[in-house]
Amino acid sequence: MIATKESNRIVIEPVTRVEGHGKVTILLDEQRKVKQARLHIVEFRGFERFIQGRPYWEVPVLVQRLCGICPVSHHLAAVKAMDRIVGGENLTPAAEKIRRLMHYGQFFQSHALHFFHLCSPDLLFGFDADPMIRNVIGVAAKYPDLAVQGVMMRKYGQEIIKITAGKKIHGTGAIPGGMNKNVSITERDFLLKDLDQMITWARGALKIAKDYTVQNLEKLAPFGSFDSNHMSLVRPDGAMDLYHGNLRAIDSTGNKIFDQVDYQDYLQYIAEEVRSWSYMKFPFIKSLGPEKGWYRVGPLARINCCDFIDTPEAESARKEFMAVTHDKPNNITMAYHWTRMIELLHAIEKIALLLHDKDLQGTDLVVKGTRRREAVGLIEAPRGTLFHHYVVNEQDQVELANLIVSTTHNNEPMNRAVQKVAADHLSGKPEITEGLLNHIEVAIRAYDPCLSCATHALGKMPLRVRIVDHEGNVIDEKVKA
Amino acid sequence: MRGVWKRADVMRVLVIGYGNPGRLDDGLGPAMADAIAELRLPDVTVESDYQLNVEDAAQIAQHDVVIFADATVTGSEPFEFRRIEPGSSVSFTSHDVEPESVLGLAWRLFGAKTVGYVLAIRGYEFNDFGERLSQSATANLKSAVDFVGRMLHERNFEADCIPDPRHHT
Repeated sequence: MIATKESNRIVIEPVTRVEGHGKVTILLDEQRKVKQARLHIVEFRGFERFIQGRPYWEVPVLVQRLCGICPVSHHLAAVKAMDRIVGGENLTPAAEKIRRLMHYGQFFQSHALHFFHLCSPDLLFGFDADPMIRNVIGVAAKYPDLAVQGVMMRKYGQEIIKITAGKKIHGTGAIPGGMNKNVSITERDFLLKDLDQMITWARGALKIAKDYTVQNLEKLAPFGSFDSNHMSLVRPDGAMDLYHGNLRAIDSTGNKIFDQVDYQDYLQYIAEEVRSWSYMKFPFIKSLGPEKGWYRVGPLARINCCDFIDTPEAESARKEFMAVTHDKPNNITMAYHWTRMIELLHAIEKIALLLHDKDLQGTDLVVKGTRRREAVGLIEAPRGTLFHHYVVNEQDQVELANLIVSTTHNNEPMNRAVQKVAADHLSGKPEITEGLLNHIEVAIRAYDPCLSCATHALGKMPLRVRIVDHEGNVIDEKVKA
Repeated sequence: MRGVWKRADVMRVLVIGYGNPGRLDDGLGPAMADAIAELRLPDVTVESDYQLNVEDAAQIAQHDVVIFADATVTGSEPFEFRRIEPGSSVSFTSHDVEPESVLGLAWRLFGAKTVGYVLAIRGYEFNDFGERLSQSATANLKSAVDFVGRMLHERNFEADCIPDPRHHT
């Protein structure tokens, strides 16, 4: 808690026991108007050092320790870099398809988890609803079918990961130059058993997100929203591709800032700004500079950036989505939820195609080529673009590692969202209620940030909100259990 | 009224050890899972993961008893063992699900009556990367494995249960 003599300051701080937490600081002036709002994400930057000196082939497994929610994304981004290190970036069809299956499984479970168990309480009960019911158990009580769907969709995605990565924790499926196992007929049949149900549920989830957004557009459009640039991978033909492609960035009206950029050259296009008040860096597009070059990544950016989606139902949904803004980029923060569900449907459509592809049972799984010293691996993780950059010496040890995770790309946008919501909803309020506090969280949650949560345990502290007047006195304090 | 499980009962037990083995003592939960798995006890299923998640509810519902094993920063040494009730919590991100919530989902969504316990093993070093347990945490783990191993063998959980002080305030 930081209090100043000249201003009221509110701090929203979900304190975890170690590095990797977020807190919101809202600075009020003497009229209790919001003067400044900032999201601080305390990012632990030791991981790159942890990797240094390790043999390159260990890295795709080691990096999974970064996060318990998206280990597959780190696994695949790292192994894509290591593919190039061993000269094996042109994977066999079997290896690429098995990796893609793993990746779509990760998308499916991650997006389902976020929608059904994190954001649906806000959508179904309202931002201001009693927190005693505005939670996953509340959803389970009032909408048990939806809650079961969320659990079972998440479980289905996890089964795909287990089959393709070898195990749930510390998967070893992807290795430099390919995969170490294929998908057996038995495993494929196991996944096919529930496929139709998953497709049906994904359609239903998309409908909920779309209907909610369309029906509440007037309220949602200004909520934490602002014009921004967007960046994502696209295929050479402009299709959305979550696993591989080239970088495209567009401005808020759809003009291309750069297109079909080989991500090996990302340092020519992207830079990171350091600000004194934040541990986390602020990436920006070099040609625009830090003031105008910040951008959004993730589902909203991907739908805005691509020209089309190569699966029929998701493409149809994309067209409906883009029609809302007359085929111009959509800059509504809360539209993240709708786009996330378009991707959920896309992921299960891709899974269906792959499960019927005999290449999954292929046995030609690894390629090698000319060794390289330096490589970048890039993937669209569920939360957005993920960069892994490595230098490997002649003794096969990692000399340098640099990771830019999705949440870092979205650092400035999340700060803007917090500032906007704080100004619109908290300014001048005599008391910060739980409902008002939740408005801030709703805006941040839209981005599904990963707060460097590599650890977790019993003994966590609650969410604290303090309001301190301009003389430094605590005038209000709220604790979220 | 809380039932007391006895050895004669046919009881399916699930042990979920969770935490990040790459973050020093945060790996106590998975280490606990590994140790219990090595005991190869009948009717005991062991799972290990980085963290709890909603889909664990489906598996919990297929068992009579679930033990959530995790590291704790501030708990008593060498460990705490307590009964928990199904509940709910509001989470800030999708990265954090409490044992009570997962148990609550198992009850609510799958009609389970699974009895839940938390085994909180005291750890000391968390703020760095590394695949090792501190010396003190290793000693605490050994005590916890002995305790849970004996309990699983005898199938008597309540006798050694340390009440959760939160339920008595």
